[in-house]
Amino acid sequence: MTPIITAVLVLSALSGILTLLLLVAEFFFASYGECTIDVNKGEKTFKVEGGASLLTTLAGQKLFLPSGCGGRGSCGTCKCRVLEGGGPLLPTEVPYLNDEEKKTDVRLSCQVKVRSDIKIEVPEELLSIKEFDTVIESITDFTHDIKGLRFKLPEGETIRFKAGQFANLFSRPYDDVREETSRAYSISSAPSDNRAIELVIRYVPNGMVTTYVFKHLKEGDKVRLIGPFGEFFLRDTDREIVCIAGGSGLAPIRSIILDMIDRGISNRKATFFFGAVSQRDLYYVEEFKAIEKKHPWFRFVPALSKDDSDHPYEKGIITEVVARNYGDMKELEAYLCGSPGMIDACVKVLTGKGMPIDRVYYDKFS
Amino acid sequence: MDIQNVHPFIIFFAAITTNNILLTNFLGMCSFLAVSKDLKSSLGLGAAVIFVSTFTAPINWLVYHKLLVPYELEYLQYIAFIVVIAAFVQIIEMVVERVSTLLYLTLGIFLPLITVNCAILGCALFLVIRQYTFTQSIAYGLGAGTGWALAIAALAGIRARMEKKSKVIPELEGAGIALVITGIIAMAFIGFSGIVRIN
Repeated sequence: MTPIITAVLVLSALSGILTLLLLVAEFFFASYGECTIDVNKGEKTFKVEGGASLLTTLAGQKLFLPSGCGGRGSCGTCKCRVLEGGGPLLPTEVPYLNDEEKKTDVRLSCQVKVRSDIKIEVPEELLSIKEFDTVIESITDFTHDIKGLRFKLPEGETIRFKAGQFANLFSRPYDDVREETSRAYSISSAPSDNRAIELVIRYVPNGMVTTYVFKHLKEGDKVRLIGPFGEFFLRDTDREIVCIAGGSGLAPIRSIILDMIDRGISNRKATFFFGAVSQRDLYYVEEFKAIEKKHPWFRFVPALSKDDSDHPYEKGIITEVVARNYGDMKELEAYLCGSPGMIDACVKVLTGKGMPIDRVYYDKFS
Repeated sequence: MDIQNVHPFIIFFAAITTNNILLTNFLGMCSFLAVSKDLKSSLGLGAAVIFVSTFTAPINWLVYHKLLVPYELEYLQYIAFIVVIAAFVQIIEMVVERVSTLLYLTLGIFLPLITVNCAILGCALFLVIRQYTFTQSIAYGLGAGTGWALAIAALAGIRARMEKKSKVIPELEGAGIALVITGIIAMAFIGFSGIVRIN
């Protein structure tokens, strides 16, 4: 018994002394007092205790820069621009920065220490990612397997997102599912409608979250959403655009078109090809037809692949319909949203007609 | 000859050559391979290792002989040494950072990299196994660090030249060829054996 107690005591004493030394050293050498971090030219300011790395200090303020290695300076993903107060570029950062980045004050935030007031610039999206405790305002049945949900944000809160981005919806435990799970769904409402979030959700047989949404959620329920995320959004060019979607892939395209109307973008022609199997899979047709009537730059082309009945829509699978409608597509850009199979087939058709692959933007739902 | 009577200078010299901690014991390989891409960084890291091993060796000698041995807790040496090294490196980093920006940029930024460097821990363990005296342990710490720095500087120099002059087959590029070269340098160092013997 005694040897064990001695061992514990000696080791504790040793660790205790070292901890004490570290604390004393930290008090004398590593305390830099209160520093101010200015993010994106005054958009946000944090008052923080100086001394730690920029990455951990920001994380303490709930601003999470992406980081793969956890701050050891070995992944190079925690980059941000440090405009003032970052000190000189360190040799530990050099291998991860290209010449362009070195010129524009890009730094690795895990290597930059907060020692004085500091001014930084981070991608806008990082500032707007938030958690929302929402209440379901309405649930609409669009088709036999697609529902539209509108979530009201808590009083006084707004969401800022780019049309085309998605949010994560968290399911609560239900039936046999004991854990909270989350899935990503594209936002279908316009960014200007910032007091609420609309999602379009297609039922996935045995899907953990879609089952929860279809079988358990009702109007007035509370739901947790986190967002916005994603790199799928309208690029700022003057090119004519082609949007192609299937199923619930309509959601981000709707957001993009509504956003173009809000922002008064009328110099770009936009055509939206919506692929479905039969008439019962179509939704939002009235709305898009109305937009088409009011805005001459927009054209809505629903296409049915297996419906031989008499209908006013295009016939055939979506890739054939797109191919029929265009000759050379060199000068266009495309936004695709749907199943991986559909997207791969569309990419083939588009590039086959001369569209450069780097102008085909897509969001694969899988 | 009894080890206690060996002159510290001989131990220092042997730690650099015949008992080079990197080339004969292959300790501290990860940072050795990673940083040797660049000569300037290698010299900085080498200096940091010399500094840390020179100071942690005698501190760990004291911890072992004055704390662990009296209480018969020798089996705790690993954890005790690691804690001591980590705390020492942390404190030195804080001091360097505060005192001189220039020193911090050339030496300080490498300190966290060697908190968990096995060459430093190996150095502390060897001085226990070889039963060095306090003075000898200082000489050994200095020598082991210098030997490590010498080895990384040599490899960095060779790699820098190789990048310009020679064609390495793609499969061996980077760490592969660095390991082969390290092996050849290590064989060259065997030439020193017999000059001095300390274990």
